[in-house]
Amino acid sequence: MRGGRRLFALVKKEGLQIVRDPSSIIIAFVLPLALLFLFGYGISLDAKDIRLGIALEDEGWEARDLTAAFLGSPYFRPLVSPARRELFPRVVGGDLKGVLVIPHGFSAALRSGQPGRAAQVQLATDGAFPNTGSMVQNYALGLISQWADGGSTGGESVSVESRYWYNSELESRYSLLPGIMAMIMALIGTMLTSLVVAREWERGTMEALLSTPVSALEILLGKLIPYYLLAIFSAFFSLGVAVGFMGIPFRGSLFMFFCVGSLFMLSALGQGLIISTAAKNQYIASFAALLSAFLPAALLSGFIFEIDSMPPFQRFIAAMLPARYLVACLQTLFLAGDVWGVLIPNMLKLTAFGVFLLGVTLRKTSKRLF
Amino acid sequence: MLAPLLRIEEGIEERIGEKGVPDESAAVLVEGLVKSFDPKKPPALKNLTARIEGGRITGLVGPDGAGKTTLLRLLCGLLLPDEGRISVLGLDAVTQAEAVHARVGYMPQKFGLYEDLTVMENMTLQADLRGVSPKDRESRYGELLDFTGLGPFRKRLAGRLSGGMKQKLGLACTLLARPPALFLDEPGVGVDPVARRELWRMLRDLLTPRRIIVWSTAYLDEAGACDSVLLLNEGELLFDGPPGDLSMRAKGRVFLIDGGGARRRSLIVPLMEKTQTLDAVVQGGSVRVLTRDGGEEIFSGSGLGAFSEKLSMTLSCRAAAPRFEDAFMDILGGARPGNPAVAEFFDLKPPGEETVRAERLVKRFGAFVAVDDVSFSIRRGEVFGLLGPNGAGKSTTFRMMCGLLAPSSGNCSIVGLDFRVAPGAARSRLGYMAQKFSLYGELSVRQNLDFFSGVYGLRGKARREKTEQVIAAFDLARYLKSPARSLPLGFKQRLALGCAVMHGPDVLFLDEPTSGVDPVTRREFWTCINSVALRGVTVMVTTHFMDEAEYCDRVALVYKGRLAASGSPDDLKAAAADPSNPNPTLEDAFIRLIEEADRGGI
Repeated sequence: MRGGRRLFALVKKEGLQIVRDPSSIIIAFVLPLALLFLFGYGISLDAKDIRLGIALEDEGWEARDLTAAFLGSPYFRPLVSPARRELFPRVVGGDLKGVLVIPHGFSAALRSGQPGRAAQVQLATDGAFPNTGSMVQNYALGLISQWADGGSTGGESVSVESRYWYNSELESRYSLLPGIMAMIMALIGTMLTSLVVAREWERGTMEALLSTPVSALEILLGKLIPYYLLAIFSAFFSLGVAVGFMGIPFRGSLFMFFCVGSLFMLSALGQGLIISTAAKNQYIASFAALLSAFLPAALLSGFIFEIDSMPPFQRFIAAMLPARYLVACLQTLFLAGDVWGVLIPNMLKLTAFGVFLLGVTLRKTSKRLF
Repeated sequence: MLAPLLRIEEGIEERIGEKGVPDESAAVLVEGLVKSFDPKKPPALKNLTARIEGGRITGLVGPDGAGKTTLLRLLCGLLLPDEGRISVLGLDAVTQAEAVHARVGYMPQKFGLYEDLTVMENMTLQADLRGVSPKDRESRYGELLDFTGLGPFRKRLAGRLSGGMKQKLGLACTLLARPPALFLDEPGVGVDPVARRELWRMLRDLLTPRRIIVWSTAYLDEAGACDSVLLLNEGELLFDGPPGDLSMRAKGRVFLIDGGGARRRSLIVPLMEKTQTLDAVVQGGSVRVLTRDGGEEIFSGSGLGAFSEKLSMTLSCRAAAPRFEDAFMDILGGARPGNPAVAEFFDLKPPGEETVRAERLVKRFGAFVAVDDVSFSIRRGEVFGLLGPNGAGKSTTFRMMCGLLAPSSGNCSIVGLDFRVAPGAARSRLGYMAQKFSLYGELSVRQNLDFFSGVYGLRGKARREKTEQVIAAFDLARYLKSPARSLPLGFKQRLALGCAVMHGPDVLFLDEPTSGVDPVTRREFWTCINSVALRGVTVMVTTHFMDEAEYCDRVALVYKGRLAASGSPDDLKAAAADPSNPNPTLEDAFIRLIEEADRGGI
């Protein structure tokens, strides 16, 4: 009875602090918005209006037709010139992202139609920007092969690699969203929680709290409950913005979304509280949380960099990250729906992490100062 | 207003008594207590045995690092002792910590308040945590808000309260459950003298025949107000008993020597050379001397006559009432004689010339006027103290004088160099020693000296020479390779001072140089400052310690952004004397001045 009143008092206090402290609100609501729009629009892995130089050195109509295909594409804004030497300096200057050379004899080779003597084009891209470079390459190759397929000439007559894997415009945004949610939840669960506990140590309020009849478990729950609620609110808020405002499809159920988020929060909060038992000032706590939760969630959870293509050591670290299982679950929920075969094993792993980390926290918490 | 509270406070004690708890339940007992944090360092508490009784205010007195906070935390069961037994109200602080928490009201340093919660929210939270019953609650809030005078501020955020009000709120929170034991850790820090005095009055009202109140403090002048004192130094209990008993140790051995006038500072070194002298400090226009047993002989009649002749001054001597600090110095074995080599570091410049000038200084931060029309001037060789409560504008004034902050209007100049016209030249003539020594703890003493000599633009041979001079003058040779953070406190201060005067400044600024420092180390530091002042360097110092203020030639009291008063400590004391208090202390004088300023409505 008394314990309940004390716990309620602690939760209420924390709630008031969250509402009055602008940094909590920024982390829970402004940051998700910023990340959603940044990743959603700013850092889209697709592109439009790429500046590409086309050196049209062949006079044949096929060459001109290919050039016209580039001119008509929404992805390119070509600069056409009769000689490549006029274009290369502009790549160096950063003006152009690449140059497509249609050499003399291209149309003739195409017309001859001999299998062993395919028509050749040359594509040079700016290696200083490897991502943009490969993008230019893929888009250009795609366009060329499309042109070759649909053109009046035979399908195999232009020698281009027939890889064709550019994303449709929205797809990168779809796959980024689960990662953004994992980052935000890691931020609230681990960073915010360890920071507010460290702040209590710094301001001497923890010492005052420990000298009252409140129990260690109550202090712990008094932190867990408010930040769990804040993180869940923030996750649903992000979901609402993503679906309602950015038009991203969500194919799973809200209930599963809630379950997956809650399971992940167990481990994120556990991690935050473990940090705060060791780090009693905000500076150390923020770095510990940044290095152990936020950065791994951003880099190793598989939403930006594919885990399967990482070296074994990084893959091992990624396997130890709760965030990666959250990302796997969320990706499924967004893109596919409640696919139990994917959700259940990942949720079991999240539960195991949460129970372990919270168990460690409980064991480490005592009502003594050191 | 206070009477009903007192009745209620007593009511709870009768109930405790009715339960028939044995007598030990009314006291705090500590036996053979040892607590160590780092096996490489001496323990924080060394074999402490004491008994704290109820019905009186017990002062836990000692400099920073003496073990006061450690002891209080142990009493509250927040730390585990390495050895020994702690019994609080008959409960074992280790095995029955939960029960101890329910009976003890503990106010840690910084008061333990949530700054983004309002006064009422803080109180409600504490009432919930301390299990104050809901029906009892409303009347309890009312009593405590009346008692602390916080009634009108119920909805104000705790972070927006003044230091004194925060402290009262902290106290009100700890009092909610009517704890039979109250432990207050340095409640007087960061609070102005008026608020501090009010807190003492409140504690007196709270003192019931059985309640235990422990007040820890680094201010030795506060010890005298306690009923009983535990004097701690470096983890050892030096004294346990009424403060008057300790002061009586020094009875008949404390003298004031008059007649030194403007040259009284030069008496310290020759006085300390006498084997009979334990301690000699400037006190207003006199020099206060503590002697060994039988030392009174040298200051009576012929002894003082010969001394006067030698220094060609006409000195007279009168007995003075011993203070707590005199007795503390006696226990610690007296001051260490200063090192006169410090003086040789500075070229002698004749006193008299004006070196520091502040003209109608104003500093505004937005709509808030932090400093409002402050003017003063300081001469060469003068020690000038800037005093005032926290937030009064003392530090702001100080920073403008050092050129760290530009005034909104008005002028300040050093040796005739205006900061607005020639900031670089003015800065090169001053030395600044910040609060908490701005040294690089990881660098060795020599590296710190090298760094600061470089900062002051010394190069090549001049740099080597100056560095060697500082090492010799401040006696740093044996610590050259040690990292600065590992130095004993006294040497840290010397190093900081050495770094600040490397370039031979005309004016030395010291920002709270000896807060919380033990008296022996403080003496050592002031011996250096005296020598520096005698060579014609102007010293401007901010301080909270009233006895430190008495080391100054002149003091200025800053209050609510204005200069409430300035003058020599003796003049200020004389002005505050009235028939009810014919011999006021400097603190009495300041409280009076502040109260007058408040009535005058500035």
